[in-house]
Amino acid sequence: MKRNIKIKAVLIVAVILVCIYGIIGVPKSKAELIANWKHNIHLGLDLSGGTQLVMQVQLQDAFKTNADRTIDRIKDELQKDGIQFATIDRNDPNSLETADKIEIDIKGVPVEKSSAFRSTMSDQYPEWILTPLNSTDYKLTMKPTEALKLKQDTMSQFTATIERKINALGLTESSVQPTGRSDAEAELLVQLPGVDDPGHVKQILQTQAVLEWDEVKDGPYNSRDEALAKHGGILPLGTKLVPTATRGGQQGWYLVSRSAIVTGTDIRDSRASQDPTTGRWETGFVLDQQAAKRFENYTANNIGNRAAIVVDGQVISAPTIQSRISDSGRITGATNQEEASDLALNLRAGSLPAGVVYEEERTVGPSLGADSIREGFRAGIAGLLAVIVWMLVYYRRSGINATLALVLNAVILVAALSYFDATLTLPGIAGVILTIGMAVDSNVLIFERIREELRAGKAVVAAVDAGFSKAFGTIIDTHVTTVVSCLFLFIFGTGPVKGFAVTLVIGLVANVFTAVFVSKTIFDWELSGKRQVTALSI
Amino acid sequence: MELFRNTNYDFLGKKWPFIILSLLLTAAGLTSLALKGGPRYGIDFKGGALIRVAFAQRPPVDKVRAVLDAKGLNADVQEVQGKQEDIIGIDLREDRALQAARQNIVGTLTASFGQPANGKYNVNAGGADVLANQLRVPLQNAGIAMNDQQVNDLAANIIGYRTQHSGLIHNLDDLRSVPGVTPQVLNVLKQQLYPDTLAVVGVDQVGPRIGAELQHKAILAVLYALGGMLVYIAFRFEWIYGAAAVVAVFHDTIITIGLFSLFNKEISLTVVAALLTLVGYSMNDTIVTFDRIRENLKLLRREKLEPIINLSVNQTLSRTVLTSGLTLLTALALFLFGGQVLNGFAFALVCGIIVGTYSSVYVAAPILVFFNNFMESQKHPSVAPSAPKPVVPKGPAAQPKAPKQNVRGGTAKVK
Repeated sequence: MKRNIKIKAVLIVAVILVCIYGIIGVPKSKAELIANWKHNIHLGLDLSGGTQLVMQVQLQDAFKTNADRTIDRIKDELQKDGIQFATIDRNDPNSLETADKIEIDIKGVPVEKSSAFRSTMSDQYPEWILTPLNSTDYKLTMKPTEALKLKQDTMSQFTATIERKINALGLTESSVQPTGRSDAEAELLVQLPGVDDPGHVKQILQTQAVLEWDEVKDGPYNSRDEALAKHGGILPLGTKLVPTATRGGQQGWYLVSRSAIVTGTDIRDSRASQDPTTGRWETGFVLDQQAAKRFENYTANNIGNRAAIVVDGQVISAPTIQSRISDSGRITGATNQEEASDLALNLRAGSLPAGVVYEEERTVGPSLGADSIREGFRAGIAGLLAVIVWMLVYYRRSGINATLALVLNAVILVAALSYFDATLTLPGIAGVILTIGMAVDSNVLIFERIREELRAGKAVVAAVDAGFSKAFGTIIDTHVTTVVSCLFLFIFGTGPVKGFAVTLVIGLVANVFTAVFVSKTIFDWELSGKRQVTALSI
Repeated sequence: MELFRNTNYDFLGKKWPFIILSLLLTAAGLTSLALKGGPRYGIDFKGGALIRVAFAQRPPVDKVRAVLDAKGLNADVQEVQGKQEDIIGIDLREDRALQAARQNIVGTLTASFGQPANGKYNVNAGGADVLANQLRVPLQNAGIAMNDQQVNDLAANIIGYRTQHSGLIHNLDDLRSVPGVTPQVLNVLKQQLYPDTLAVVGVDQVGPRIGAELQHKAILAVLYALGGMLVYIAFRFEWIYGAAAVVAVFHDTIITIGLFSLFNKEISLTVVAALLTLVGYSMNDTIVTFDRIRENLKLLRREKLEPIINLSVNQTLSRTVLTSGLTLLTALALFLFGGQVLNGFAFALVCGIIVGTYSSVYVAAPILVFFNNFMESQKHPSVAPSAPKPVVPKGPAAQPKAPKQNVRGGTAKVK
């Protein structure tokens, strides 16, 4: 019996030590203790302060870009093979749901070339399905497997770019991850601890930073209508109208080539700098080798023509090509240093393969988080103290058992959260509260049972044993039922509901250990010391 | 110390007034829900934005409303109890419009209740890194030798002070106590900074699609969880026990949501967490009672179900009152002193604990009795449950046996 208690005691002490180590490590000073605590206990954004963004990636943009590139390649290919066609164009899916309904229409392929056309297409574009509409017109649709792959590639490229942007902003503790919701494959959850003014960050994150050098066909016009009027209401094939960045309320329009000479993905480096003569801020960039070669060829052949620098669908400037340019350029027109360096940051991080819509934003100012922790903590401690005092008054010596069990339960819960690297959020605290409620209940159940047995005339040791074993069945039933419900909450619930379920399950497991095992061991230890026990302080 | 010793209250004897009360409460809650077109969902579930603004000196709420109305901004303004803060709600679904309205509201409030910038930087906005960038050059110009790290630390300390003081620095002179702020530094701070008298301390903005999905998912998760508990209890006890427990929990949830509707409180994600807590709590309470009933059914095989339930409730009364009382104590502390953020949460807990305790006795237990009586009447169609004993005693020796036989069918089966 005594030996048994010793083994149990050693086990309990070991658990306590492992838990305390998990929470505060082995601190050598008070400062280190606090540092370890902060390192091990992760508070959710709703408690610590910070910003949480849910962004929906506009995947249809990536599909359009992909189709545009394919169209350019097809044009080249058909020209090379001597196959004529009248028009080639794509449709314009403008929602996430219709992204993979992208479609390229090729019209007017001569009947006698149809077999050559078909074989070219099936050889060169295996990721597309060719469907003839009639003897001369064809439709290309993307294979479902390819569409899925494009979605996945876009998402991972997007995530990587957002991560680079966040790191460039110095927000190292931030995280970017999928929201994990089913049917929300295009959603990313961005968490920015400590950021209480997300305006600037949001601006940078949603800037696509698509930089293009486009061939200027015509312009500038004063308005879109003027441009259209000049071309008889229809834009020439392979061109697009792009507005200039608004400066002083003036906006102009340029007619430029639809496919770019060079795009932002070809950029090697970008820095903000100040023009030594005018003192204005500008953003310089350096192209990578391949793009530099393309650019050099183009500029050499087009001296005297104009090229437009387009950033995120706005013409920044449309300089006349003076001489052959190889690998670097400058974007002027920034109004201050911040604007110039933001653009440089965005160009360096790379362009986003698709646009963004913010679906959710939650900002908790650190002070609000601190206030709510302080208030909630104070109230929680007050409530807990009241519970402990009552237990001590009502159950006297045995109340100490209950209190120890309760405290140990809390320690194990916090340690488990630390070991699992879990984050404590407000709903998690709800789980803690229910844990405490059920822990108190377990103790009360056991003690009331022991009292009943004592009243029935049993000897102290027998009463304690009977009380524990009878209450144990009930405790198991209540706990397992709750764990079962937590399982469902975890599987089907969203973030906050999951947090609740995880904390509660940990708390309940800890409770079975503390309220039953630990408490019983303490009773046994108290009772084993005396030869004849006639009274129990309960 | 003991509160209840060998009590013998006839709980189920007085069940009807309570069942009627339950039905009335449920009906009142449902009526309120029906009249108001469902629960009042917070922006978590319906989409929209909540902006929390802290003021150095909060202007009268009517004035805030008037200022926003004058700009044509349709916003709902609420004062935070016990704090110099307002919560401004915008009920817009469309992302762009919401974004614009939000900026407009903050701009309008700053223009109306804030301080003029006069070319200085507002120390009550933005984080430490921006502040450090603002101060670096002026500190250098003032001839104060500080390296980058020292400037960063200074800025972090100032922002830390702001966080400790509810997000607002009232007067730059207050910063004297901040480490690193020497009189020379303070001079620079005063030249460069001004403390605005209001600050945005929190923003919640949820798109309608996410809101709808959250709502859908939360309800689904709870329903599955209830189903899971039903199956487990049915497995451990009997299916009618599972059904009774789930009905009781459902009853508690409906009444609590009804009370939220009656008091015009919003259902937010935190409240959903509290509802989950109350489901767990109520279930716990019901199972403890059921467990005792099961145990007593084994011990007292000859007894009828109703007295057994009464006995079980009496036996667990002490435990029920203690546990409920203690948890209610904690929940009340949270409700009274827990602050605005936890208010809805604590309210749900307080309601839930009271209703959850009571429903174990007056909702779950009566269902067992009703079902038992119903099965009884099915087995003996000609005999009403309260009818005189059907077995006519033939002789004096047979008399004590007869009721035993008769009652046996009336006890619930136990696995």
